[in-house]
Amino acid sequence: MSGHSSYQPSTGIERWIDQRLPLPRMVYDSFVAYPVPRNLNYAYTFGAMLSVMLIVQILSGVVLAMHYTASTAEAFVSVEKIMRDVNHGWLLRYMHSNGASFFFIAVYLHIARGLYYGSYKAPREILWILGVVIYLLMMATGFMGYVLPWGQMSFWGATVITGFFTAFPLVGEWIQQFLLGGFAVDQPTLNRFFSLHYLLPFMIAGVVVLHVWALHVTGQTNPTGVEVKSKTDTVPFTPYATLKDAFGVSVFLIVYAWFIFYMPNYLGHPDNYIPADALKTPAHIVPEWYYLPFYAMLRAITFNVGPIDSKLGGVLVMFGSIIILFFLPWLDTSKVRSAVYRPWYKLFFWIFVANSIFLGWLGAMPAEGGGLIALLFGGDLKGNYVGYSQLGTLYYFGFFLVIMPLLGLFETPRRIPNSITEAVLEQQSKKAGSATPEPAKATV
Amino acid sequence: MSEHNPNEGTLSEPTRRDFLYLTTGMAGAVGAAAVAWPFIDQMRPDASTLALASIEVNVAALQPGMSLTVKWRGKPVFIRNRTPKEIEEANAVALSDLKDPVARNANIAADAEATGVDRSAGEGKENWIVMIGSCTHLGCVPLGQSGDFGGWFCPCHGSHYDTAGRIRKGPAPQNLAIPTFAFASDTVIRIG
Repeated sequence: MSGHSSYQPSTGIERWIDQRLPLPRMVYDSFVAYPVPRNLNYAYTFGAMLSVMLIVQILSGVVLAMHYTASTAEAFVSVEKIMRDVNHGWLLRYMHSNGASFFFIAVYLHIARGLYYGSYKAPREILWILGVVIYLLMMATGFMGYVLPWGQMSFWGATVITGFFTAFPLVGEWIQQFLLGGFAVDQPTLNRFFSLHYLLPFMIAGVVVLHVWALHVTGQTNPTGVEVKSKTDTVPFTPYATLKDAFGVSVFLIVYAWFIFYMPNYLGHPDNYIPADALKTPAHIVPEWYYLPFYAMLRAITFNVGPIDSKLGGVLVMFGSIIILFFLPWLDTSKVRSAVYRPWYKLFFWIFVANSIFLGWLGAMPAEGGGLIALLFGGDLKGNYVGYSQLGTLYYFGFFLVIMPLLGLFETPRRIPNSITEAVLEQQSKKAGSATPEPAKATV
Repeated sequence: MSEHNPNEGTLSEPTRRDFLYLTTGMAGAVGAAAVAWPFIDQMRPDASTLALASIEVNVAALQPGMSLTVKWRGKPVFIRNRTPKEIEEANAVALSDLKDPVARNANIAADAEATGVDRSAGEGKENWIVMIGSCTHLGCVPLGQSGDFGGWFCPCHGSHYDTAGRIRKGPAPQNLAIPTFAFASDTVIRIG
C-alpha cells in the first residue's frame, strides 16, 4: 500500500522543508492520501480510540505525577490530596483511573475485531505480534499503576501477582525478591513501580509506531478479507477514515465521560480506599476487571499434573493464555480470512467471546466448588465456580489449539467475492432490490 | 603485516588484524556486560533491607489461646501460645494425612517430618508456635483460628491450615514457614 508519494509541496517554505526533512510528506502520505479499503465498518475505528486513550493516559498521568509522592508513608495521603485539594485533581485522577479501563475496553474490542476478520493472517503476522506486545505492556503498566495509590488492593494485588513467580522451582523466590527489592512489598517496590509506570507508556508509544508502520506496509484488512486489488477498492484516508474514526471516538468518549462524571468508582474496589496494611489481607481480593478472565484460569488449576503442582500449573496456564496469542497466525490453518465467509468459525468465535466474558465473571467469584468432574457427572451445578472455570479454561485453549487448526481443514467456506468493489456493489444492489449494480461510487 | 593483501580476504591465514578485531570485540562485550550489571543488580534487596534480619519480642503477656502478630522483614509473623486442646489435635494427625509432610522449620533439619513437636518450639515448649504469616500459595495473610481445621484460613484462595500451621486443604503447596528463632530468655523470643 505504501506506493508512490502524491505529496505536492505548494509553497516555497514547504518545498524548503521537504528537501531537508520530508516530515510533512510522510504525514500526508500516511494520514491524508493513504488509501484504505472502501468497505471499512465501525469495527475498524478502535485503533483510533486506542491512540486517543494512550494520549489521554500519558497527559493525565504526567500531571498526576506532579502531585503524587512515591513513599509508603505519603502515597495514600497524596492521592487523597489530589482528590480533595489539588485544583481539578479529582477530575484528572478519575480520567486516569477510568481511562485505564476504557483503554482495555478498546483493546479487547480491537483484538476481537482482529480475531473475527482474521487480521492476524499472512502477511500481517508481525503486525499482530506487535499488537500482542502492546497488550502485554499495557497489562504490566496497568498493574503497576494500580499499586501506586497504596491502598489495600494495591498492596495485596502486588503481593499476589509477584507471588506468581514463586511458583517456579529453585529461582522463584529469588525472582520475587528481585522484583520487590526486598522480602515483601515495601518502599523499594513502590519506588520502582512508579518509575516503570512512568516509563512503560512511552515504550507502548514506541511499539505503536512500529505497529502502525507494519500496518501501512501491508495495508488494512477489511470485512471481506479480500486484499485491495485496484484503485476502485480504496478511498483516501482523509476525509473518509478520519471522519469515521472521529465519529467512533466521539461516541466512545461520551461513554467514557459518563463513567468519569456519574460512576467514577464503579469499576474499582472500595477496599483500595483503605490504606495498605502489611498485616491484614482483605477478605476478598480480586484484580481489576480487565485481568479477571486470566485470574479465573489461574485459579481453575486446582490439581497437580505429574511433577507440576497446582500452583505452578495455574501460573503456567495463565501466562500460556497470553503467550498463545503470539502463535495465532500459525494455529489458524484456514486460507479464508474473514469470519463473514466462515460459518463454523463464526459460531466458535462468538462462543469464544461469550466464554471470555463468562471467565471474567467467574474470576470475580470466590474459588469454590467441586470442580469439573463434579460439574459434569456429579450434578454439582450451583456455586461450582471452580468447575465452570475449568470448563471455560478448556474452551479457551481448545479454541486456539484444536478448533482453529482443524476448522481450516474441514470447514467449507462461503463464496468469496472477487474484489472489495464487487462485494460493496452486491450489497448495494441487494439493498436497492434491483439487479443492476450502480457504477463504482465512493462509499464508506 | 603492513603488506596486507585485500584480495586474499578470508582465504588467507588469520591475520594480526583479525586477531585484534576479535579481541577488541570481546573486550567490548565484557565491558558492556560489566556496565549492565550495576543496572540489574540495583534491583536486588540492598544491605539495609537484608540487615533487618533480627527482632526480639516479649511474649510474657501471652496466655494460652492468645496470639501476637509482629512484623519481620516486612511480613507478619504469627506467635501463638497454643491451648492444650490445639496441641493434642496437632499431635493426633497422622503424617500420611498431610499434603506437605516436611516440617518447613528453619531451626531443625531441612527434611524433618512435620510432626506436632517439630512444628512447635520443640520439646517442653510445644505450646509455642512461631510462623511466617504468609500463605505459601500467593502470599496473603491467613486468618487465625478459622478454617476447617481450627488453625488458619487464607481468604484469598481458600487454603486451610491446621493448629500446627500445616496445609491441609486448598491450593497452597507447603506448610506455613517457620523462621529461625530462639528463646533469648523465658519470655523473649528472638526472630531471625
